[in-house]
Amino acid sequence: MTDVKARLAELVGKHDVVLFMKGTSLFPQCGFSSRAVAILDHLEVPFETVDVLQDPEIRQGIKEFSDWPTVPQLYVKGEFVGGSDIMMEMFESGELKQLVTAEPT
Amino acid sequence: MPMAAAEIEQLIRAAIPDAEVTITDLAGDGDHYAARVVSPAFAGLARVRQHQRVYAALGHRMGNELHALQLTTAAPSGDEK
Repeated sequence: MTDVKARLAELVGKHDVVLFMKGTSLFPQCGFSSRAVAILDHLEVPFETVDVLQDPEIRQGIKEFSDWPTVPQLYVKGEFVGGSDIMMEMFESGELKQLVTAEPT
Repeated sequence: MPMAAAEIEQLIRAAIPDAEVTITDLAGDGDHYAARVVSPAFAGLARVRQHQRVYAALGHRMGNELHALQLTTAAPSGDEK
């Protein structure tokens, strides 16, 4: 478990915006993941995706890492933001744009 | 294994006693639900924490028997976002 944690910490630390999802941004394998990608596309920010279907260890590990039972999961600047429902709420209120565009690195 | 809406509501109420729970069966298949949970217990909690409370109430069912639950949470007033 410690190894997975280290891998996950590295993944979320390496890029400003990281989306754990099912499938890829071009071919999402689930409606919720598809919605999450659409939101990020709309914000026009660069983002990394991690396809949990390609890695059972990550797929299970991320749920414990974030204390969150479902995928997709969004991380911004190393912080867990939430799943697609929270992303949608924050997108609609403008909070998400603010979060991803604040202090560009 | 699909879950009944009443069962979902019951589990959430059991864990968050003062919660007002509204369940909508989105697809009519007992597998895709939307839940709106309003509770004073959410006051001052970040959205992520509010959702975590609901997920905790559903335990292992979330992501297993219960595949899709669109979730919105709020404290009773003033905290609507």
